[in-house]
Amino acid sequence: MLEGGLMLTLDRVTKTFRAGAFGGGSTTAVDRVSFSAAPGELVSLIGESGSGKSTIGRMVLGLTQVSSGSLTLDGEQVRPGKDFYRRVQGVFQDPFSCYNPVFKADRVFALVRRAYHPDVSDREWADRVEKAVRDVRLDPGQVLGRYPHQLSGGQLQRLLIARALLLDLRFLVADEITSMLDASTRIDVLNLLAGLKERGLGVLYITHDLSLGTYLAEKTVVLRSGRVVERGDTQKVFGNPLHPYTRTLLAAVPRLNQPWTTAEPVAACAYHEGGARDGDLYETEPDHFVACAGLPDCGRTPA
Amino acid sequence: MSTLPDPAPEAPSAETPVAKPGRESLHYAVRNPKLIIGVSLVAILLAVGVVGPMLLGNGNPNEYVGPQASAPDGTYWMGTTTFGQDVYAQFVHGLRATFLVGVVGGAIAAVIAMVVGFLAGYRGGITDEILNMLTNVVLVIPALAVLLIINAYMGVRSVAVQGLFIGLTSWPWAARAIRAQTFSLRTREFVDLARLSGSGTWRIVFREIAPNMSSYLFMMFILLFGGSILIASSLDFIGLGPTEGVSLGLMLQSAQQWSALQLGMWWWFVPPGAGITAIVGALYVANVGLDEVFNPKLRES
Amino acid sequence: MTLTVKDLRVHYRTLRGEVRALDGVGFDLADGEILGLAGESGCGKTTLGKALIRLDGRMRHVGGSVTLDGDELPLSDDRAMNAYRFHKISLVPQYSMSALNPTRRIGRMIRELLASRGVTVDTGELHRRLALVGLEPDVLDRYPIELSGGMKQRAVMVISTLLDPSVLVADEVTSALDVSNQQAVVGALTGLRDKGLVTSMIFVTHDLGLTSHIADSIMVMYAGKLAEKAPTKVLTTEPRHPYTKMLIGSLPQVGARFVDKPLSGIEGSPPSLLNPPAGCRFRARCPLADSGCAEEPPVVEVAPRHTVACWKAA
Repeated sequence: MLEGGLMLTLDRVTKTFRAGAFGGGSTTAVDRVSFSAAPGELVSLIGESGSGKSTIGRMVLGLTQVSSGSLTLDGEQVRPGKDFYRRVQGVFQDPFSCYNPVFKADRVFALVRRAYHPDVSDREWADRVEKAVRDVRLDPGQVLGRYPHQLSGGQLQRLLIARALLLDLRFLVADEITSMLDASTRIDVLNLLAGLKERGLGVLYITHDLSLGTYLAEKTVVLRSGRVVERGDTQKVFGNPLHPYTRTLLAAVPRLNQPWTTAEPVAACAYHEGGARDGDLYETEPDHFVACAGLPDCGRTPA
Repeated sequence: MSTLPDPAPEAPSAETPVAKPGRESLHYAVRNPKLIIGVSLVAILLAVGVVGPMLLGNGNPNEYVGPQASAPDGTYWMGTTTFGQDVYAQFVHGLRATFLVGVVGGAIAAVIAMVVGFLAGYRGGITDEILNMLTNVVLVIPALAVLLIINAYMGVRSVAVQGLFIGLTSWPWAARAIRAQTFSLRTREFVDLARLSGSGTWRIVFREIAPNMSSYLFMMFILLFGGSILIASSLDFIGLGPTEGVSLGLMLQSAQQWSALQLGMWWWFVPPGAGITAIVGALYVANVGLDEVFNPKLRES
Repeated sequence: MTLTVKDLRVHYRTLRGEVRALDGVGFDLADGEILGLAGESGCGKTTLGKALIRLDGRMRHVGGSVTLDGDELPLSDDRAMNAYRFHKISLVPQYSMSALNPTRRIGRMIRELLASRGVTVDTGELHRRLALVGLEPDVLDRYPIELSGGMKQRAVMVISTLLDPSVLVADEVTSALDVSNQQAVVGALTGLRDKGLVTSMIFVTHDLGLTSHIADSIMVMYAGKLAEKAPTKVLTTEPRHPYTKMLIGSLPQVGARFVDKPLSGIEGSPPSLLNPPAGCRFRARCPLADSGCAEEPPVVEVAPRHTVACWKAA
């Protein structure tokens, strides 16, 4: 079932929306974002609301069109359709919104069966469903055959992951899947994701919560207003944040028993002090890229 | 975060007993006085319209059978017209015709409204713009003028054809309403999930979106049904009705034409008038009751 | 002592019976104190907040009492509570920032709201309060869509505190906000308390980390009952109740990594409040539970101002 993840590559991906009363103006939600995820890697995409992170998630899933730039999985363009969704799936933020309230929760499995495994026998399908439900650490007796409003948010989210596992899943986009869950169930869902990653699944984990991102991910991409400000190996990015925005984010995280810190101001813009450039980002150390700090006296604007 | 569940009572655990959404609606439905009264009244009249003609032997209600212009008595329960036609026979046949035009007109309008509304709401973009233009054009066309012209050229023969034309002109408001609802449901994440499961447009519309609007669609059909009856009666009254058969509106028209009011022949126009009022009024009252059943916030707890 | 709650019981009427949302909760709130009310969904914290102000028609006050500044609050009487609501005790409801009318400018909405309550506030005072929470006066001329989440939340807080209530209940005011906005809102809340516009505050949230920054003491609730209440420092460093301990243990801090040391959640889910089990309600999920827990533990004061409801904690 999990035969190794897909390589996700974004190269100067941009998304603009028409705005204004008669479609005259336009807003740029995602601005020339580039990053990649190696097969089986868990990348966390961190940003506040309005940063464009959900738009990127939707573009990876083919639910929104890319305006310009290239977004490929294993070298192939994203092409929404049954074949594509056999290997790439998504789980979203609001578990109660993902289930059609007039039907039972199991219907999400039935939908998958109808589209992808129509000739599997009832007996066989029931076995597969039960195995997938146990894989996500749920008790089939407690969750099958119920309506969405009878289950908790954590159970619903895990059922959605179980649904994704019923396909030949190679890549999962998890968009804020824990933000509406309680603290105790949150960790269970995260541990589940980590376990799946260890079995070879590639994951794009979108969140605004830094502590969750660092808990799981090897690579981190920090997004602000549609642009990447810093990315690279998680420990390097948060151990040594070079961009003022990353520092502010880190300082604003409410930690138990630690007072809020103020971010240390950035002395010099790492992007402009360095040498070799990778487009908008400069590689300060292996696998640690940072964009222009946008300091007030920076007369030079980034490319 | 606009679709969050009601904050209280707090989220139930898995051991809460099962209560299907439909069963809850049924529980409230049988306790809602408006709904019960409305539905009962319509059901009674429908029964009269279906069974009445059969009991009379399905004869021609427009035959001259009795003394002219006589008041209700033992033989002729609703009296006779100026020509000696049995008003009761006309009434029960008229009920049947009225219900027929309501069903035909309402069904045709509902189907067109759903197709146009769902497509425009779900697809958006250029499809939406074209369908909107179409809706606006049909909305603005004066149905009366069109029907006048059609009548002049073709002569509306039967009740069913009248229902067809009414259906073709009364769908725009319903299409608008369905489009608006579809717009808001389309952004819900279970629609995304259905797309991620490989479902196509119409499958999503009918299996995901429509069931969430089922109460609304039901009420909409009731309104289209009632509206169709009203329009048909109005058309009949001004002389644009079908040329064969009888309907409640046609009864009113001939009663007016032959001065029933001035001559004091109340039994000629009161039954059809009351009949139309009762059907349409009962439908609207039932609709209000239905709204209370489906919308928990309107219930007096 | 500003607020004293004794054995408060509030039930909800539903089709299937009575949900015992609050089942005997008692605590004290001192002058100038900010109490953090933490717990997960279904624990009754929102119900407690709403019960203090009697906002929900489906609530039934079944027992217990609430005393504010010496007066007992008439919790069963909607009309009588009108005199206290917003004047003595005020609430910033959950999702209030989404409830702002998008077609009204903020200033106009405030004026209409106040007029409907028969209160007038002069513009200078309004500006002063806006400045206190860090908002410019021109916010009054803007539409809600032009403001960020944090700004809307702070605007709602200004409205809720216009009459200088003794107690302000802030129900999940930060949950939908980004971290930088959260900081601003929390700062605004403490500012209101420091300037004396609000005497005490109850801060309802599920985010323990955030609570520890603003609250003087924290009360953890579980399944409609109090689990533990202690000064913040004590609760976060030396919790006594197993639920509190496991809750704190499941919070990932920046820097904690799965590969190094996976955290663990709490298996299972809270009991249904339609027919709550006898004895300690956390029994089914507690690693320390034994036969003694079949009897409901009393709330015991194990240290000054530190109360716990657990047989194992004493």
